[in-house]
Amino acid sequence: MDVSAASVAKSAPGRAVAGQPGVSPDPKIIARDVNVYYGEKHALKNVTVDVPEKAVMAFIGPSGCGKSTFLRCINRMNDTVASARVTGLIQIDDQDIYDPSLDVVQLRARVGMVFQKPNPFPKSIYENVAYGPRIHGLARSKAELDEIVESSLKKASLWNEVKDRLGDTGTGLSGGQQQRLCIARAIAVSPEIILMDEPCSALDPIATARVEELIEEIRRNYTIVIVTHSMQQAARVSQRVAFFHLGVLVETGQTEKIFTSPEDKRTQDYITGRFG
Amino acid sequence: MMLIYVIGMLLVAAGAYMAGRQRSASFAVAGGGLARLHSLPSYHGFYVALAAVAPMLVWLIVWLFAAHRIVDAQAIAALPDNLTPVDPLTYGARMREIYQAASGSTQGLEPGVVAAGETLDLWRTVADWALLIVGFALAVLGFFWGARQLSPEFRARNGVERWVKVMLIACASVAVLTTVGIVFSVLFETLRFFSKVPWYEFLFGLQWSPQTAIRADQIGSSGAFGAVPLFAGTTLIMLIAMLVAGPVGLFAAIYMAEYASPKVRAVAKPVLEVLAGVPTVVFGFFAALTVAPFIRSTGESLGLNVASESALAAGLVMGVMIIPFVSSLSDDVINAVPQSLRDGSYGMGATKSETIKRVILPAALPGIVSAFMLAISRAVGETMIVVMAAGLAGNLTFNPLEAVTTVTVQIKTLLVGDQEFDSAKTLSAFALGFVLFFFTLVLNFIALRIVQRYREQYD
Repeated sequence: MDVSAASVAKSAPGRAVAGQPGVSPDPKIIARDVNVYYGEKHALKNVTVDVPEKAVMAFIGPSGCGKSTFLRCINRMNDTVASARVTGLIQIDDQDIYDPSLDVVQLRARVGMVFQKPNPFPKSIYENVAYGPRIHGLARSKAELDEIVESSLKKASLWNEVKDRLGDTGTGLSGGQQQRLCIARAIAVSPEIILMDEPCSALDPIATARVEELIEEIRRNYTIVIVTHSMQQAARVSQRVAFFHLGVLVETGQTEKIFTSPEDKRTQDYITGRFG
Repeated sequence: MMLIYVIGMLLVAAGAYMAGRQRSASFAVAGGGLARLHSLPSYHGFYVALAAVAPMLVWLIVWLFAAHRIVDAQAIAALPDNLTPVDPLTYGARMREIYQAASGSTQGLEPGVVAAGETLDLWRTVADWALLIVGFALAVLGFFWGARQLSPEFRARNGVERWVKVMLIACASVAVLTTVGIVFSVLFETLRFFSKVPWYEFLFGLQWSPQTAIRADQIGSSGAFGAVPLFAGTTLIMLIAMLVAGPVGLFAAIYMAEYASPKVRAVAKPVLEVLAGVPTVVFGFFAALTVAPFIRSTGESLGLNVASESALAAGLVMGVMIIPFVSSLSDDVINAVPQSLRDGSYGMGATKSETIKRVILPAALPGIVSAFMLAISRAVGETMIVVMAAGLAGNLTFNPLEAVTTVTVQIKTLLVGDQEFDSAKTLSAFALGFVLFFFTLVLNFIALRIVQRYREQYD
């Protein structure tokens, strides 16, 4: 276990753990007693956690532990799964996102998502990035749209590689470039939160390193929640970590603390490679 | 005799199978267990059975082609010189007389013919016996040839595998050769037609009136073979049909694939596909008896002059008929669009219809286009509905309220009833058929190419 890498995360905003595990003052996202059922299956049990603003929080845990399920609750992507049922409270900036009066389309504009497998649309690179601004009417003119596309691609550190071929199709890029294109696409609608569901699991180590650098750069402006299988990655990119096991949130804390002195036996077993 | 032969063939197969199996099993007993054999006893059995039956089958096919010709030739040769036929027409007549004599009714026939009938009878018997004797002799030879090869090391499995391959190739070639045969026979008749009527007149002529004079003194039946009115009528009805089936089918497919709950989908999709199973005759009388009068009365109440057999009625009903072709294929291609693209779009905050319009339809477009192509070729080739609802007069018009006629209707009309086979009128049906075939072939080809490119995109 590469624990020393966790020390990169020294700049993490120090937040005291108040009372319950996972609860901290002044968070961006708060979740209280969230349960998710897929039909009969109880996939997520009483999860209570806070996600700090403008920092990277990593959800780790073995396969099937519910970390992706919880991530997909935050932008209500579970709505697209017919059998899924969510109970409990999730608030973003003190607004209940499961409130029936809330517009899920606007919610998803505020909470961008990057998926496990790069999924650029079969359109040009330009059109991929312009997709969100177009549907949300963020640009009033072509020039404005061009500017959004350029700045998004720059933020996703892809601009230099694609600036001469914005008309080429996005699916023609390499895997790592595709994933950065997807991040640019998410950034283009200026979300406050970006959810990343194992964004590097389909990438080679070099592409992974570039995406991780990118996360490090953009975390100052966005609240990022990343689900990852790789504990090294969690240690490298995150300031806070939540460990899930069998649908239960076992422990949350500052990255450094989780990787050096976990409180729960299961967390310790997992980070030392006893299971998972 | 044929029946005996076929039953005999089955018996030979069964016997040879048993014998081969037995022999192989005895190897196993002698050599210590089945594992010593290269192939299981049943493979040895199959191998021997195939070795015995295959020559019988080949002989049967040869016999079916050759026997009656040889028999007929012998009968003709037995005729006295003055009765020997000189041209195909008298040949046919003479053969009929000989057959009649051979079947026993000799009344009114010339003695020479009666004698030929006896010869025919004799040769028929010879041919039948030849079938049996040669066939079974070949079976015995084949059996021993096969059985002699059996040994514990003999690779009967591989041998059977080869036979299986040969059989499958034979079945596949039946389909392929039939297609090729149809194409060529239609092509040759078309060329014959073009030797009577120049092709440019057929393809570009504006008047269709295919009545040709049967007698030299007949009036007013010179025949005009300008097929443009038929092409126009076909195109008009096809366009009306696609105007119905295109949007309705596509939107139905979108609903099925994207909006319908699994429960609704499980019921609605099969029901929609039942529409494809309704016989076209049923659609035809629906068009002729319900839709056409309705359009006519509606049109008259609006002060329009509507023919009782209108292109609109035929086109509308045909459109309904091909809805399932569009919807079923489009549904498949829409479902084939990866879920990750939908997730990506929803994750950006797009609504369902935005996702469909901007991501799913563009991604599925090639497949949808090819679904439309197949529907068009179906609409162009459809006969029954237009026969019953479209009309026969070759009006060159694009007014959907008038009666028009289509290529398929004319083919059917030209070939129904007593016809001289080599008149321009009959042959024109082949030319029309060839044009139709060529058109649907091109459409299918384009559709397949598009689908292929589409597959590459996601695999």
